[in-house]
Amino acid sequence: MTNALPGTSPEKLVFPDQSPDTTYQDFLRNNQFCIQHCNECQNFLFYPRLCCPHCSSVDLEWREASGKGTVYAVSIVRQRPEKGGDHNVVLVDLDEGPRLMSRVDGIPNEDVKIGMKVKASISVNTDEDGDTRMVVFREA
Amino acid sequence: MTNGTEGIRGAAAFVGAATDGIGEAPGFSGQELAIRASLKAMQDAGIRASDIDGVFGALSAESMCGVAVSEYLGIQPKYSNNNKIGGSTFLSLTHTAAMAIKNGLIETALIYYGSNQRSAFGRLAVSATHQSDYEGLYQPRFPMTSYALAASRHMHEYGTTREQLAEVAVAARQWAQLNPDAFMRDPLTIEDVMASRVISDPFSVRDCCLVTDGAGALIMTSAERAKDFRQKPVYLLGAAGEHWHKQISAMPDLTVTAASKSGPRAFEMAGLKPSDVDVIELYDAFTINTILFLEDLGFCPKGEGGRFVSDGHIAPSGGLPVNTNGGGLSCVHPGMYGIFTLIEGVQQLQGECAGRQIEDAKVALCHGSGGVLSSQVTNILGTEEVL
Repeated sequence: MTNALPGTSPEKLVFPDQSPDTTYQDFLRNNQFCIQHCNECQNFLFYPRLCCPHCSSVDLEWREASGKGTVYAVSIVRQRPEKGGDHNVVLVDLDEGPRLMSRVDGIPNEDVKIGMKVKASISVNTDEDGDTRMVVFREA
Repeated sequence: MTNGTEGIRGAAAFVGAATDGIGEAPGFSGQELAIRASLKAMQDAGIRASDIDGVFGALSAESMCGVAVSEYLGIQPKYSNNNKIGGSTFLSLTHTAAMAIKNGLIETALIYYGSNQRSAFGRLAVSATHQSDYEGLYQPRFPMTSYALAASRHMHEYGTTREQLAEVAVAARQWAQLNPDAFMRDPLTIEDVMASRVISDPFSVRDCCLVTDGAGALIMTSAERAKDFRQKPVYLLGAAGEHWHKQISAMPDLTVTAASKSGPRAFEMAGLKPSDVDVIELYDAFTINTILFLEDLGFCPKGEGGRFVSDGHIAPSGGLPVNTNGGGLSCVHPGMYGIFTLIEGVQQLQGECAGRQIEDAKVALCHGSGGVLSSQVTNILGTEEVL
């Protein structure tokens, strides 16, 4: 039986030697925001995965994201000042296609609007557990 | 059965239904509340544990609830099932139970749920699920912010207003005022909803479901056997489910849920259409849910949900009875509300709802949602007249 499942034939089923979550973090530590590209169907994907959710291929390649995106949805989480105060939560559609949760820094929460063009940067949070790196956005 | 659309139409019927511990039930575990509801449903049907050979359900605090509840009640089921699709679970389990009954695998099923989240924790029990770091890092209020993001998008695309969201909460409260079992029955106005504490824009606390204790149970048996029970049988005419995502960032379009697929398939199986429905019970975890589901299930066009619920249209005095028990917003929300849509639907079709009874109700649509608008399951119930 040949070509029963185009793109996922057993000889091509090669897995990476570490979790894609780890690879994603490794890139962030190197100050790179990278997402996976499917060499089979040419879609980009996020969050990092072992397979393409569009075509099941495992032929995925890491590429540095443009960082350009558009705010798709926004909410302001209301918290008392002693709990950290208000902050925004957004969904951003990257120009490459995938959508991710993030926040928009550098402007008041109320000024974050759906449709706003934004640009990614890497934020570093340092506490007793060490550094946490995360992708955040600013108005483009 | 040839093409699958006939499915389980009319193969099985509900012959018992009960709730227990709605609101606050201190001193009992979630499992004990489920047992109490099960015993009440068994009494309603006039059966004992030895008459039950299929067990289906969920407990927030016990993943091996199938064996736990069966052992406790003394049931030795031939088949049991506990799936993991959040608050829509029960509407999927009725589908599975009806298939098992139709195939002759079992004769009579118990479907149960119980949680004491209010007395035990005082906060919403997010039943054994967790956020991925890809969302959790940004500190959304889970699950409220996920739904708030969907509301923000609906408002952006369709001009849905803050007042229209509040209309949903006010309608639910007015129904709750007709239900002596409902947890919150104080008067509530649109102004009250909008003036309440904001949690995650655009939602204030009154846009969010209650945190209560509560349990529910249903007894289902074959259509042939159902005629011998003392309760008026309520037939499962259509059932369908679908899910597209787990986390909100993976939802393809935040204004369209998988109810747009589950609804039409359930109607096709039932051989009915939205205009045939007399009473609608939707999982209203947040005010946006009711608007999204009314659109996706075909009661109004996409984008029109906000205007559709305006002027009290889904309130007791309005044109379309929706969430007649008061819903998750004002009646009960122990964490997985889905089973209560079914119990209210069954009791409406049995004519047992007293002051909130919809006159001559023959068809009920019950709809469960699990996760963050993730899993959507629709059941269509009917009396013997529409069988």
